[in-house]
Amino acid sequence: MTLIHESASQDATSRPNGSAAAAILAAGIGSMALAILTIAADHSPALKALLTFYKPTGPLSGVTTTAVFAWVLAWFILDRLWFRRDVSLRKVNIVSIVLLVLSLLATFPPVGDMF
Amino acid sequence: MEISTHSLWTLIHGMGFGALYLLACTGALFALHQRLQPSSSALSSIENNRFLGAYLSVMAALAWLSVLSGTYIIYPWYRFPAPAGAANLAPYPRALLLAHPATSAWHSVGMEWKEHVAWLVPIAITATAFVVLRYGRELSRHPQLRTVLPTFVVTSLIAAGVAGFFGAMLDKNAPVEGGQTIHIAGGESQ
Repeated sequence: MTLIHESASQDATSRPNGSAAAAILAAGIGSMALAILTIAADHSPALKALLTFYKPTGPLSGVTTTAVFAWVLAWFILDRLWFRRDVSLRKVNIVSIVLLVLSLLATFPPVGDMF
Repeated sequence: MEISTHSLWTLIHGMGFGALYLLACTGALFALHQRLQPSSSALSSIENNRFLGAYLSVMAALAWLSVLSGTYIIYPWYRFPAPAGAANLAPYPRALLLAHPATSAWHSVGMEWKEHVAWLVPIAITATAFVVLRYGRELSRHPQLRTVLPTFVVTSLIAAGVAGFFGAMLDKNAPVEGGQTIHIAGGESQ
């Protein structure tokens, strides 16, 4: 009886998957932001100068700081939207993994140079 | 036995934070693989889940320390421009690599990839640590979460592996040297 009660109680209070989905999708968005900024800064001298937040490190400082900011902002917004909800994790997982893999490839300079 | 402060920092960054992270990936993958089945005993143990959450948090800390020390301490020494007409380029690793066609790709491909791809690591592992800490035993109810987490760790392992490989090769071809000399121990001359 106790087991049944505990199980029912766990189901009733179990956490929706929205917070996890927000963390996973935001990681994909942050990674893609990093890849896009890397390519954009490589092709635009003006953006390269704009993203030089710390001169000794050069544009890498701005590229990474902006990407981390985009990641945290995306995570915050998605978490606010989804933390009480169950969302389609399958879609979120696929989109996030595609974004992560694309980011791995797009940061490879010969691939970035194709754009 | 002596070491320069710049060399010491490259050791802390690469052999400390970076190599420890790579080693830790195998443990994280094993623990997450154990949790793939909903009936796994690893999922039902509060202590096991707390330990995995702490383990992944340490991995996230290592990843952040690695990218921050690399970007803001070592990279400025690496890219410091050589004075015009400098005959000895050894203190200027980036200029040294670019001065020779045989080594220039270590910078234009190796360093350019390493400096960016490494930042995917803390992002991926922080998300993984957050999900494990937040959901713990409830992961048993979310099969798709249990599947995606090892994928994130593998992605971070690939990115960290790329960064580590090029870091080691760059250090072989154009080591970051300089700064104050730290005397570690005296030796006997023959």
